[in-house]
Amino acid sequence: MPILEVRNIEKHFGPTRVLEDISFDLEQGQALAIIGSSGSGKTTLLRCLNFLESPDAGQIVVNGETLFDAADPATQKEAEVRRKRLHFGLVFQSFNLFPQYTALQNVMLAKQLLAAEGQKNRPGWKARRKEVNAGIEAEARQLLARMGLADRAEHYPHQLSGGQQQRVAIARALALHPDILCFDEPTSALDPELTGEVLKVIRSLAEQKTTMIIVTHEMAFARDVADQIIFMDGGVIVEQGPARQVIERPREERTKQFLARYAQER
Amino acid sequence: MLLTVTLTLLEGLGVTLELFALTLLLALPLGLIIALGAMSRLAPLRWAVGGVVWVIRGTPLMIQILIVFYGPGLLFDLPLLPRFGAALLSFVINYACYFSEIYRGGIQSIPRGQYEAGEVLGMTKSQIFFRVTLLQVVKRIVPPMGNEFITLVKDTALVRVISVYEIIWMGESYIKKGMIWPLFYTAVFYLAVNGILTLAFRWAEKKLDYFR
Repeated sequence: MPILEVRNIEKHFGPTRVLEDISFDLEQGQALAIIGSSGSGKTTLLRCLNFLESPDAGQIVVNGETLFDAADPATQKEAEVRRKRLHFGLVFQSFNLFPQYTALQNVMLAKQLLAAEGQKNRPGWKARRKEVNAGIEAEARQLLARMGLADRAEHYPHQLSGGQQQRVAIARALALHPDILCFDEPTSALDPELTGEVLKVIRSLAEQKTTMIIVTHEMAFARDVADQIIFMDGGVIVEQGPARQVIERPREERTKQFLARYAQER
Repeated sequence: MLLTVTLTLLEGLGVTLELFALTLLLALPLGLIIALGAMSRLAPLRWAVGGVVWVIRGTPLMIQILIVFYGPGLLFDLPLLPRFGAALLSFVINYACYFSEIYRGGIQSIPRGQYEAGEVLGMTKSQIFFRVTLLQVVKRIVPPMGNEFITLVKDTALVRVISVYEIIWMGESYIKKGMIWPLFYTAVFYLAVNGILTLAFRWAEKKLDYFR
């Protein structure tokens, strides 16, 4: 059974149709890259998966559980959406770190809040709290070390380079152990010399079989790191297949044009 | 003579500071409520709040003081409010409207991405407000708030139009006795209070300087 099944997703912004009949599966441990020009709907698709947008039609199924069904309002209750979105992690193009917290605190915050939830009035929480937080901190430090940022834990975001900030953001997303980690053009806001360090981290996550969906403009990276590639244009999936095949031997005319144009611009 | 005048003026300064402090105490939270109304999803509420803020900010505070004090009696034959109470009420309404615009600006200047980052990390709306955005808003509104606080200290002089015995009123009272200098001497007291406020705001800005 695939870990993620996306079924017939449709999304309109006013009269504009942004996504049309989007369906695909993702297997556990696989990396899926979504490519396409700006305005093709890739980011909107990612935002739908993370409940930042609500599709007008279609279903999202994770591990066999229907998380979202446009036809069933019961799946869209606010309180449950909070729990459901924890199946997904999202790394933003613009990092969106919390500026008043250090790198370490950024990674720890959400997990601490989740751990404290419903515990406040229970006896013994005060005593256990220290222990729980120490565990969260140890894990957060370990995650930062995996990102190559062990010595940056106490730095505030403005003291870090863009590449370092994005790696903190990746650690922050990983801290909640999402089933599927999504990246929304993770290197588009970075200077060219900083993209490498972020791509390297994502590459190592792929090697460790992290289930990922990566929206990217880095074609060579998509070809090398992703198992599957989806090419989107005008809100529809034009072509999907094994990464190497889509990039090197695309079947659809529109994919060929896109890749040719892309190669030219490089 | 200097000592007597100083003591009299200090008495007036007490009233000035009382009005200043009570206005802040009440207008700061009221301003936040007005700001939330101005950002509401309900369009009629937004328009109503916008209209009130427009009228209050668009008319002189001195007129507002006169209306609050004399209005009920002249229009509805109601008993007058106590002078200090009327002064306080008009200041709270007036300043809450100014504060609301500062809050609104501060809240709306927080990038959407901050909220979205909190949401995808499974935080509740209130967790996002208290743990993520609040301090960023505070940092942004400190400088404009400093301006408002200082203006407020000096605006309190307006209440002498309804004979609240604040410091300027006290200074002016010496003119009848042929002394003009106590009126100008009051400026020293304003300067001292605003000096303290300036230092306090500088300290607050510095405290919040550790992030951007």
